[in-house]
Amino acid sequence: MSEQPAPADNILELTDLTKRFGGLVAVDNVSLNIKRGEVFALIGPNGAGKTTLFNNVTGLFQPTSGRVVFDGRDITGYKPHQVARWGIARTFQNIRLFDYMTCLDNVRVGRHVRMKATVFDSLFKLPRERREEERVTEEAMEFLRFVGIAKHADQYARNLAYGQQRRLEIARALATDPKLLLLDEPAAGFTPQEKVELMKLVKKILGRGITVFLIEHDMKVVMGISERIVVLDHGEKIAEGSPDEVRKDVRVIEAYLGKSA
Amino acid sequence: MSTSVFTRLHLRDRIRDRDTAVYSILLILALVFPMASIYATDGTALVSQATRAGTFVLLAIGLNVVVGFAGLLDLGYAAFYAIGAYSYALFASTQLASSPAHHAFHLPFWLMLFVALFVAAAAGAVLGFPTLRLRGDYLAIVTLGFGEIVPQLFYNFDQWTGGINAVGGIDQPTLPAWIQGPWSGDGSFQIVRNFNFGGDPVAFYVLICILIAAAIILVNNLYRSRLGRAWMAIREDEVAAAAMGINTVTTKLLAFGIGASFSGFAGAFYGANVSLVSPDSFLFIVSITVLVMVVLGGMGNISGVIIGALVLYYVVYYLIPGLPENVRSLANSIGLSSETTRSLADATQHLNYIIYGGILVAMMLLRPQGLLPSRVREQELKHAAVQEEEAAVEMEHAT
Amino acid sequence: MSLPDFGFYVLCATAIVLLAAQAVIHPGEFVQVFIFGLTQGSIYALVALGYTMVYGIIELINFAHGDVFTLGAYIGSAILGFFAISEGGFTTVNLIALLLVFPAVMLVMGGINVAIERVAYRPLRNAPRLAPLITAIGMSFFLEGVMFLWHGPATVHFPDILPKAATTVAGVFFGFKDVFVVVVAAILVALLAIFINRTKLGKAMRATAQDRDAAQLMGIDINRTIAATFFIGALLAGAGGMIWGLYYNTVYYQLGFRSGLIAFTAAVFGGIGNIPGAALGGLIIGLIAAFSDSYIGSKWTQVVVFGILIGVLVFRPTGLLGMRVPEK
Repeated sequence: MSEQPAPADNILELTDLTKRFGGLVAVDNVSLNIKRGEVFALIGPNGAGKTTLFNNVTGLFQPTSGRVVFDGRDITGYKPHQVARWGIARTFQNIRLFDYMTCLDNVRVGRHVRMKATVFDSLFKLPRERREEERVTEEAMEFLRFVGIAKHADQYARNLAYGQQRRLEIARALATDPKLLLLDEPAAGFTPQEKVELMKLVKKILGRGITVFLIEHDMKVVMGISERIVVLDHGEKIAEGSPDEVRKDVRVIEAYLGKSA
Repeated sequence: MSTSVFTRLHLRDRIRDRDTAVYSILLILALVFPMASIYATDGTALVSQATRAGTFVLLAIGLNVVVGFAGLLDLGYAAFYAIGAYSYALFASTQLASSPAHHAFHLPFWLMLFVALFVAAAAGAVLGFPTLRLRGDYLAIVTLGFGEIVPQLFYNFDQWTGGINAVGGIDQPTLPAWIQGPWSGDGSFQIVRNFNFGGDPVAFYVLICILIAAAIILVNNLYRSRLGRAWMAIREDEVAAAAMGINTVTTKLLAFGIGASFSGFAGAFYGANVSLVSPDSFLFIVSITVLVMVVLGGMGNISGVIIGALVLYYVVYYLIPGLPENVRSLANSIGLSSETTRSLADATQHLNYIIYGGILVAMMLLRPQGLLPSRVREQELKHAAVQEEEAAVEMEHAT
Repeated sequence: MSLPDFGFYVLCATAIVLLAAQAVIHPGEFVQVFIFGLTQGSIYALVALGYTMVYGIIELINFAHGDVFTLGAYIGSAILGFFAISEGGFTTVNLIALLLVFPAVMLVMGGINVAIERVAYRPLRNAPRLAPLITAIGMSFFLEGVMFLWHGPATVHFPDILPKAATTVAGVFFGFKDVFVVVVAAILVALLAIFINRTKLGKAMRATAQDRDAAQLMGIDINRTIAATFFIGALLAGAGGMIWGLYYNTVYYQLGFRSGLIAFTAAVFGGIGNIPGAALGGLIIGLIAAFSDSYIGSKWTQVVVFGILIGVLVFRPTGLLGMRVPEK
């Protein structure tokens, strides 16, 4: 399906994206567009291929066929670090922090891609490297403050509470200065209070001009913050639209509840 | 402004204080040692030993970059040592005169020091390249194979390298030309003496101390930099590191290359120091010795690795070889027969393997954080212990 | 077909063509080398199986495995010394000794390996992956140290108690020993295959190798299964050591280190974690090593084998028959 909106408005365009693993089709001809500045949700039953789709966008997997166009640039087949460089950041379903580095260092690693220090600079601790290190440290603290865990800056990521770890992962992703942020089940395991906090955080992120693309199972969260939703089942897109439209879609209900006799 | 940030880093400061203390002690020891030992033993043998130990310290610092920082288990580190040594030996001796090249080179030591560095670094990158996509254990095996191949190649190409006969009569370092101008030497304007190392143990000792000091500063700089963090990120979680924009390929190659360059440096120094370079000096046992030093000292922590290197060197090259003497005299004093004492003495000679094996296993099981661990490793393995316990408790509840 | 795959096949084809040429030009010599490679390969296959099974179940390269193989030969040699065997011929005493000692050594090595796993690897099962690797290296060194203390650096003689019978068929010389090696190895591999596929424990091993958590949920005792894997791997390695000793009549403390590297290459070549792969890989690598010894020169064989290892890992890491490792 081709879409009407002018290309400049779309920050991400997936065209007929397909990913096969041997005989298994994990993502089946999925096309979607995400508008700049919106919150776009990807939902679907377990095993529908949502994380696989994320992985294809961020370069962890190479699509079997189809295209990924980001901000007008065809990034199909780009490696993960290139994707990050061009402005897509992500969090992981199972939290992948640098466990035995401090929170501050975790976020500083996020700044890696926006730093200029070369090996030579670092080796000899040239003044401009020293200045950059100070700047980056301050910036990292800023990101920690943004997600609300600044007081844990010195603790090892391993030692944080679950909710704090999720927020750290977001801080680290934000540190790469992305234009598009991919959140993979950011509310998993959260208490209702934490979910409310998360939705506030997403609003804050939007306020910085970052587009948010999230996978989520909790319908309250999805309906609460998303502007548009795409539903995946067995790798196929089965519905798309506003939260209200999707909520009422027969196929979506069937997919989640199973086809009743 | 940024002061608030740094006052918060008390944890880091505590580690820094300990490191500073260790470095200060090492510095004082390094300065005092030669004078004290020459006075005490009326000879320079101990100084030569210390220089040899220093060579291993340099190797350990280099391997620490690869294994401790980046988490890449390199089991063939001696290969780069060999490459560094041969780079110097071949071009600063008469060896190449008898090779198909028919021309001997006598390039200056100070130049070759850096050439060896770059050659070894290049070799590190070349070795690193096929390993990039490999899991940790495969990487280890490949580096092991490389460590086997390189000495074998130096044996096989004996037309160029002298093979079993080794390369001998290697040139000694002399002070650079600008010091040896018309104002030096035996001329009438003699201000600076013509200085040829000529096997002078103290000169080599001073040189290795300078090299080690330089290494410590440079590696520390890397540790607290963008690259150092990138290495650690890769060590922790390669997928996440890549997702954060780290080019894992180039970063790993840098780890191999920079790690190897220390080995190259040390190799050239070694060649000049002992004036004889043979493949036998670079076998697997050497790679393992350096690895044990790094593990013993606490992977990732530079000061710990230095201590580990010194301790292990002392035990393996001083204590153990000296044991037969001590064992013999001890046994004699207890009154054992000479037969028994002789076989006891022989047995202690063969202890190296058991000691290495024992240290590696014991360290991993009992004190994986090493003698002076980086805080990281301590946390890491404390956590593993907690996980173990939790798993055990779960098992109990399940059954 | 991707470029790396293509390159792999081209290399294989070139090698086969070169060998075929030799076979045509000097058939007698070729077959001789072939037989030698087959016997060597059979032993490598036995050792490779241990590597592949352990890797398949806990993703650890058991560096000490090659030394278990050597230690088997050392112990076998020692125990045989207690019998009134006569070397150079085949007496009834020899037969009895062989029948008793061979399985005994297998069992002893099995027990030793289980102990090693219990002491050195199990405590580190949840530790960062560098730790068990380092322990394995340490264990390898420890075993080598033990053998070094036992018999020193010189080669150790292993009693020559197999029949000396030999014949020449169409210009090719082979003896009872050659047949013995291949037949015994084949029997052991067949027994292993039956065990893995038909018994409950074998099934448990396969399940644990595929998905440890699921296996645990199914009620499989993981610790026991892993211990069993180490046991069986060492049974084969011990057998391999005995066979090596009986065939070559000489062992030395570093044998495990050298052979271990080659056997591991074979395991990777065939597809790590893949049991038929390890057996096949062992045979093929054994042949390649023999051909390299004869046609290129033994001082290059290590380089050749290592080159193969690199080649496989870079161009076709799944190996010949595909890898079987735990899914994450």
